Amino acid sequence: MKLDNITYTYSPGTVYEMHAIQGVNLDIDQGEFIGIIGHTGSGKSTLIQHFNGLMKPTSGKVLYEGKDIWQEGYNLKSLRSNVGLVFQYPEHQLFEVDVFTDVCFGPKNQGLSKDEIEGRAREALEHVGLAEDMYKKSPFDLSGGQKRRVAIAGVLAMNPKVLILDEPTAGLDPKGRDEIFDQIQSLREKRGITVILVSHSMEDVARYVGRMIVMNHGQVAFDGVPREVFTHYRELEAMGLAAPQITYIMHALKYRGLDVDTQAITIEEAKKSILQALGER
Amino acid sequence: MSSIIRASKLGYDYYRYTDENEEPELNRAIDQVSLDVKEGQFIAVLGHNGSGKSTLAKHINALLVPTEGTMWVDSIDTAQEEELWKVRQKAGMVFQNPDNQIIGTVVEEDVGFGPENMGIPTDDIWKRVDESLAAVGMLSYRKHSPNKLSGGQKQRVAIAGVVAMHPKCIILDEPTAMLDPNGRKEVLKTIRELNEQEGVTVILITHYMEEVTLADYVYVMDSGKIVMGGTPREIFSQVDTLKSYRLDVPQVTLLAHELKQEGVDIPDGILTIDELVNALC
Repeated sequence: MKLDNITYTYSPGTVYEMHAIQGVNLDIDQGEFIGIIGHTGSGKSTLIQHFNGLMKPTSGKVLYEGKDIWQEGYNLKSLRSNVGLVFQYPEHQLFEVDVFTDVCFGPKNQGLSKDEIEGRAREALEHVGLAEDMYKKSPFDLSGGQKRRVAIAGVLAMNPKVLILDEPTAGLDPKGRDEIFDQIQSLREKRGITVILVSHSMEDVARYVGRMIVMNHGQVAFDGVPREVFTHYRELEAMGLAAPQITYIMHALKYRGLDVDTQAITIEEAKKSILQALGER
Repeated sequence: MSSIIRASKLGYDYYRYTDENEEPELNRAIDQVSLDVKEGQFIAVLGHNGSGKSTLAKHINALLVPTEGTMWVDSIDTAQEEELWKVRQKAGMVFQNPDNQIIGTVVEEDVGFGPENMGIPTDDIWKRVDESLAAVGMLSYRKHSPNKLSGGQKQRVAIAGVVAMHPKCIILDEPTAMLDPNGRKEVLKTIRELNEQEGVTVILITHYMEEVTLADYVYVMDSGKIVMGGTPREIFSQVDTLKSYRLDVPQVTLLAHELKQEGVDIPDGILTIDELVNALC
């Protein structure tokens, strides 16, 4: 997927004109795990809605597998099957009588056979860790974390090649957060899909993604591996963001004379580095 | 110090209606909960999704009345219907989603809504609006439209709306779940200042373990019961027990815990970066 110099302007030509995103260039390879961060209003949501053609850029091109999606005759419907978008609080979009029927809704609209639809729904539910005894339950009787998984399964059942999730763990307890992330991670490994994650949790981004994109005022401020991007933690703070707590710990230790790796961003990395530094002292 | 909130063996049952013909299922959301909160305290409540935290919170301002046991707010039994408005005025509540709590089209009108309903004279309403907006640091936005504010700003306006009613106690149910890091910081700072400077009793329900380190006392809930209670240091020194309740500890605490297991000599229950750095350097 490729975004070529895209800009999206609200109310162009009026006094309310505002650039939600401006001059964004991104190249995304199949199989990447990408985290997008940015404060509220930095353009993250506008950006992700360009990936599956929900929004049309005011200027610039969106290319999927080399083809311009806004070219005449391009099949946007098939794009949306390939690029699945899970919105924030997706459980608000559940509507069917039971879990299984809800997950079948997407593939049903793709015009598949009944067997295929049900096969996909089963597989998707299995991927998100929902057992068969849940299939006939009303989605409204489930816990928050379970509902969220049903909603994610509903998108997975369409067999997307790219999965975009807007804050998939907002409002979940720590265990629920870990479970959802572990499932997304294993899904990526099993199916080889591209995952694009929008998150406010720097700790989660540090732990899971391979590449992070920082949005600020509608532009890409940083694009790189998390350990590198988080070295700019002062600049991130100026943008209303932060680094994981680990980054601050490592910098404080270094300042006090302990020779640790300030690029460590996970607990495991920090532990290793601190033990090593203590051993050498 | 006198008690502001006291609960004695609280229980709350609700019916879950599955099918029209079937007998409704009886569920116990909270069970045998006893609490004693003193005036001016900062209390945190932790627990996974569905553990009963929000149900408990709703008892504090009489949105729910207990099936069993008694809840007193400033010595008033919340089950007395004629005292309902008094209870709600003493205990104000702030919810997760700021967009669901703001009703005014201008910030100052929204904040004035509560006192207006209490029948406060107009001059006093404006005085209260001024004071409340100043207390949350939003005075310069008084003429703004709430929907143009950031998440953190909206949440602070929601808090000001509660503060304007001069409650003795504020209950915040996951007030930062939908906010970016900056918004989270703003809201927490506001809460802490209200507690320290205005002496308002605070009950904070959260999934972010870092936010709990500020509290005077922490309650942990599981399956409707209070399963742990103590200072943040006491609670967070029990890493494994917390994990069994689907919870977590702040990253710095976890790192300290893991280093300790590797034989590094540091005390239990490290809560802040400074504490860890001082222990190591």
